[in-house]
Amino acid sequence: MKDRREVLKFGLKAISLVIAGGFTWSTQTNLKAQTLILRPPGARDEKGFMASCIRCGLCVEACPFDTLSLAKLGDNISFGTPYFTPRETPCYMCTDIPCTVACPTDALDVKLVSTDDKLDINKSRMGIAVLDPYSCIAFAGIQCDACYRACPLIDKALVLEYKRNERTEKHAFLLPVVDANYCTGCGKCENACVTKKAAIFVLPREIGLGEVNDNYVKGWIEDDDTRLKDIDTKIKLDQNKVKDYLNSGEI
Amino acid sequence: MKYLLLRRITQISILTLFLVSNLYGLKILQGNLSSSMIFGTIPLSDPFAVLQLFLASFTLAGSAALGALIVVLIYALIAPRAFCAWVCPVNMITDFARFVRVKFGYDKDKKVVVFSKSFRYYILAFVLFMSVVMQTPAFEGVSFIGIIQRGIIYGGTLWIFVAFGVFAIDAFVGDRLICSKLCPLGAFYATIGKFAFIRVEHDSQNCTKCMKCKVICPESQVLGIIGKESGLITSSECISCGRCVDVCGDDALKFSIRNLRRK
Repeated sequence: MKDRREVLKFGLKAISLVIAGGFTWSTQTNLKAQTLILRPPGARDEKGFMASCIRCGLCVEACPFDTLSLAKLGDNISFGTPYFTPRETPCYMCTDIPCTVACPTDALDVKLVSTDDKLDINKSRMGIAVLDPYSCIAFAGIQCDACYRACPLIDKALVLEYKRNERTEKHAFLLPVVDANYCTGCGKCENACVTKKAAIFVLPREIGLGEVNDNYVKGWIEDDDTRLKDIDTKIKLDQNKVKDYLNSGEI
Repeated sequence: MKYLLLRRITQISILTLFLVSNLYGLKILQGNLSSSMIFGTIPLSDPFAVLQLFLASFTLAGSAALGALIVVLIYALIAPRAFCAWVCPVNMITDFARFVRVKFGYDKDKKVVVFSKSFRYYILAFVLFMSVVMQTPAFEGVSFIGIIQRGIIYGGTLWIFVAFGVFAIDAFVGDRLICSKLCPLGAFYATIGKFAFIRVEHDSQNCTKCMKCKVICPESQVLGIIGKESGLITSSECISCGRCVDVCGDDALKFSIRNLRRK
């Protein structure tokens, strides 16, 4: 039989290893749904960003509003990489973009946020604001323009659309509409939204935006058809397929 | 105890400088051990991380490249693996684990796992290969050093469990398994420290073969010449911690500057 000392020794060893192993296991099994990651202004596309971020936190320290944080273990984001949560703190769009300038590895690329070698925060594309009309109180006829007033690119990235309220027949709806050409994804609208869970929120652009085929010509935009100049017009359609479609009784 | 004390002071004050610079927005030492700025002007970067970034994207990145060059030069000139013993926070955990291991007699247990000394070099090669394949710095994605040092500098709690895991492995599974068998960063610094100047020098005239140094040394294979011949510890796997110098009661070991000219 082992003496008491041996048993205690083994017990300590076993407990410690079980705790350490159990924790490692829990980090792997406890993964929540993939968090939507919003990167600082000037961030390269996610793949390029991951290939060049050295995880030093210089952008986090440069941010005067403490918007950015480094992902910790358990945040479900590759740990040590910067991100922000607009509902808590949005990006305040500093004109000197200290976070991007501080990046030592060009994971935050100054070129992506400058026009003619001058810093231009309005060029940043951190994400895209998306509106849920069913929880936006403006769609219920209540006058709320919190997001519109909060937008740093007011009347450009966020526009109010006036619409007649058919129910009361004497009021107007003031509906916020996002213009993806201008929206930087700073998240000040999400931060300002008055509803319990923000009715307007920022998503990564590749998730929040669709993409149109380039064969649709908008005749009211000048020279929009020049895009079709070099297009291949010798498209052969399958005649039989069209006949089948007409004869199959679907219409 | 002199070098041990000095080491602890350096390790802790580097982390403290990072911490206060982050908390109070000072420009003394911003960033963390991956990449940092001294007084907002001198860049320093983890050369191993920069190498991985380069392999991930095949572009050399901004001021981090300059910072990495500075760090490589410092460690290549000063002492082999000085980072491991004097800067890396994991060193404090391993040393504590070693203390527990010896104190409680776990070092006399039957060995569960046996790794060869060169295992970390295979991991080093594997990390570099995976950085190319995955197009992301492979070790930085799992680095326990990264988790622990960022945890200390930027706060949080979960890193403590990682630190405890490192401790548990070193104390109960294998002697100094993390630092001297697994860590690719240590292998990297051993590689670039081949020609470093400051080395431990052994004087066999004074040596009484008490072997205290071999017992305390974290990489005892480097002390092959003890009691046999005088000379420098030439292996760059030595972490330059100076523990052997501390414990030697016979004045047989000291730090000295390597003479590159052949005698």
